[in-house]
Order: sequence, then C-alpha cells, then structure tokens
Amino acid sequence: MLKLPIYLDNNATTPMDPRVLETMLPYFSEHFGNAASRNHPFGWEAEEAVDYAREQVAKLIGADAKEIIFTSGATEGDNLAIKGVYEMYASKGNHIITCTTEHKAVLDTCKHIEKLGGEVTYLKVQADGLIDLKELEAAIKPTTILIAIMYANNEIGVIQPVKEISTIAKKHGVLFFTDGTQSVGKIPVDVQKDGIDIMAFSAHKMYGPKGIGGLYVRRKNPRVKVTAQMDGGGHERGMRSGTLNVPGIVGFGKACEVCRLDMETDTKRIKYLRDKLENELLKIEESYLNGNKEHRLPHVCNISFKYVEGEGLMMGFNKNIAVSSGSACTSASLEPSYVLKALGLGDDLAHSSLRFGLSRFTTEEQIDYTIEQITTTVNKLREMSPLWEMFKEGVDINAIEWAAH
Amino acid sequence: MSYSEKVINHYSNPKNVGTLDKAKKNVGTGLVGAPECGDVMRLQIEVDDASGVITDAKFKTFGCGSAIASSSLATEWLKGKSVDDALKIDNMEIVEELNLPPVKIHCSVLAEDAIKAAINDYRKKQGLEVLVFEERIH
Repeated sequence: MLKLPIYLDNNATTPMDPRVLETMLPYFSEHFGNAASRNHPFGWEAEEAVDYAREQVAKLIGADAKEIIFTSGATEGDNLAIKGVYEMYASKGNHIITCTTEHKAVLDTCKHIEKLGGEVTYLKVQADGLIDLKELEAAIKPTTILIAIMYANNEIGVIQPVKEISTIAKKHGVLFFTDGTQSVGKIPVDVQKDGIDIMAFSAHKMYGPKGIGGLYVRRKNPRVKVTAQMDGGGHERGMRSGTLNVPGIVGFGKACEVCRLDMETDTKRIKYLRDKLENELLKIEESYLNGNKEHRLPHVCNISFKYVEGEGLMMGFNKNIAVSSGSACTSASLEPSYVLKALGLGDDLAHSSLRFGLSRFTTEEQIDYTIEQITTTVNKLREMSPLWEMFKEGVDINAIEWAAH
Repeated sequence: MSYSEKVINHYSNPKNVGTLDKAKKNVGTGLVGAPECGDVMRLQIEVDDASGVITDAKFKTFGCGSAIASSSLATEWLKGKSVDDALKIDNMEIVEELNLPPVKIHCSVLAEDAIKAAINDYRKKQGLEVLVFEERIH
C-alpha cells in the first residue's frame, strides 16, 4: 500500500536514517558527559565518541580527522569559512570570488564582507548553471584571497567543475572554499583529489540529525587557518568554541559511515528512479529541464512546466506529495528563484518550476504515483490557463504589453 | 502557509472556467496581471443589452491557488448582477469571503481589476465612455 504523503523535498532536509537515531540515543541519557571534561569517565566516554565520529566524518571525504571542525550546520560553516579567511588573511588581500547561484548563506556572508570593506566578485553562470573557468581565472587579482564556489547547487543539482577550480586556485596561490552541503554523502567527494582547502557540509542533508555540521579545514599543503567567529573555551582547535553537541556528532558520524558504505548501491537505485521521473515528466508538452543534464546530482531534477504557475501547481497535490517550487508565491519576497533567473530563465519559466529531491527511502511506487499526479495537475491547470490558450492559438505572449503590477 | 477551505474548494472545483466569444459586441474581456509577476487573469462577461444584467461570466487564470479562487468567486458573483452593481465589487469582499492572508491580497486586487477591465471593454464596444479608476499598487 502506498503511504501518503510522499516526501520528495530531500534537498531541503532528509529524514534521519533509523541506524543513525539508534546510535545517537544513548548519548542523550546514559553517556551525557561533556567531551571537554578531561578528568572523569563521563567526559572520557563523550570524548571517545566524538573522536570516533570525527574519524567517520573524515573518512567520507578523504580527510584527516584533525581537519574536521564541528559546527551547527552548513550556514555556520559558510560563515566561519568566509569571514574566518577574510580576517585571517587580511594582510594578504581582501578580494573574494564567488558566483551568483550560491546559497544565501554564502551570498549574504559575502555582502557582509563588502560592508566590512572587502571586495567581492560575483561570477555569472552559464545557461546550464556552470561557471565559466576562463572568467574565474580572469577575475583573480593580486589581492584575491579566496574562491568560494559551491560543489553542487541546491535548486538545480548542477555540479561545478571542482577539480578544475582548485587547479586554478592553486596556480594563483588562492584558497578554495566549497559549500558541499548537497554533494557530501550523495556523490564521491574527496578533498585530496578535488583539491579543496575548506569545505562546509551538514548532517541533516544526508540522513543525519539537524543542528550539526562540519567544516573541513586543510592542515597540509597549504596549512589553512580561519579566525574563530565564536569565542570561548577554544574548542575545535580554537576555531569554533562551544560545548560539543555529542549526540549530534555521534549521529553525524554514523550518517557519514552509512553514506560511505551504501553510496554506490543507493545512487544506482536513486538515479534510476530520478531518470524515470524526469523522462516521464519531460514527455509533457512544453516542459523543460533546468540546469546541465550531465553534470548533475543523481537525486535531483528541476523542471519548468510552462504556462502553469508553480504554487498553483503544487496546490494540486501538496497534500500528498512534498516538493518545492521556484515560484515567487512560495517565498516571502514575491521574487522568483534567483538561481533560475541566474540561468537566464524568464520570470514566467522561473515561476513555473518544481524541484524534486529523491532519497534512499524513495520507492518506485512513489515515483509512479508522482508522475501520474503531476501530469494530471499540469493538464488540469493548463485548461484553466489563459496563457496556455494563447499559446495554443499561436498568440505571441511576449508581444503582449502586460501591465506590470 | 495553508489555504482556507473555501480557497481549496474553488481551486478543486473552479466555477465558470472557459472562454466567451470576444468578437460579440455584448461580451467584455479583461486581461490583467503579467506572466513575470506570476499571475495572469482573464475574466469575461456577457451582458443582456436590454436589461444591462450580466448573464454569463467566464475566467481563465495563470497563478497560485488564491488567484484561481479569487477569479472563480468573482465570476460567481458577477452572474445575475447589473453592470453597475458589478462595479461595486470591492477586493476586500473577496478577501473576507476566501479568508485570504495578507500576502495574497494582491490576488483579490487582481480579480477586482479584471472585473473593471471587462466592464470597460464592454462599455467601449457599446460606444460608452471608458471609466477611469484610481491607480493601485498591487
């Protein structure tokens, strides 16, 4: 029996894996110690658990355990990385390069840096969502201290050419930070092979708990340091003070271990389901895939259904299927998705988009149901859409003088 | 944000979806909104020339659930009303009837604008003076 509602918004957050929850539970009650209590068994127990988790996390991304700083999540990681580098390397320069499709946690942090007197270059992306490597290299100047480009985008799943970016960064002696929130645990990410200097990621996007994340900070070739943004007891090698969230860390470690061990089999199955969903939905007339088709996370697809509005569309099935939309109506700002607009999509297509994010718990039955529901709703709403009628009659919608309001 | 039951009802079973013959002299068409803004509403009325009563009303809307519900409700209210009475429909009545939250008030404004645009189109066809309404910021 198909159980409703179906969750296909896994880029927002993932459900916790039962294996993760089970591992965490004793650390709320029995093993409640403070990992910084060095003088008694309660503290030792907690410290041991944290050390083990740190190994599990490091192993997933090919890092050394000493290079992992625990944070409250990727937003904190993004802030710590960018602000921390800006402060630490102030004597070297004040210029940061990022791109327009970054997460708000990166973009707003960069805006903050500009207020502090720093200089930020926002690279445009191409129509498929990828940055232009030549533009990146051309943007580097003697004062550039950091390149901040995300690994994979949260709305369209497009994977940036991380290895090529790090090669350029290295060539010019610039640090490379990447927001790995959507990619870590989903696709192979290796800080050595990828040449990453700093990377933020989060547990709740990979079947772990909310409120815990990691910041990878390279220790060798080069040795990277970030200025702490949270002062206190000098935890986490002085880069992030605050009593460690031991149950969260234990869960994060377990989540990383499960992702590492199951990635290959999970990805194969998820990609099959994603491709099925995508291929069937793209059979609907006037539907378009957003973002590069090849360089893309295996569990994400973002599709625009022209002539229907995203929120209106979601209303047709959102009791039973959870997805997200780039439509303005879903956001407080009434602006459609800035990521889709950065790809050069007109507002009408940006308003008409849905994002699907699958997980290791998604089933084929759920995907079949979703295909059927979405197809029916798109057709129903198009019957109600004046734009669809005009399109069918051959009226050029762009030629109409719409009264802006 | 969850929708009111009335919005859901209109969205699930919209009243008067369709198209009237805009070539007819007694049919008025109002097309308001813009695709870039995420809402386009087309509302049409058919008027009995002798009595000045609206005998039929149809809509098609590109937009969110509240926009669809606002236009569906507007067509229901228009049928049987005289053109003069139709001009008195205020967007806040739609807000109240559908329990629209503040962020969705623009949907009701759009519906009111569509009604007025349709009436003006009808008046124009009848050789009557086009009415000027106060500009509003949506």
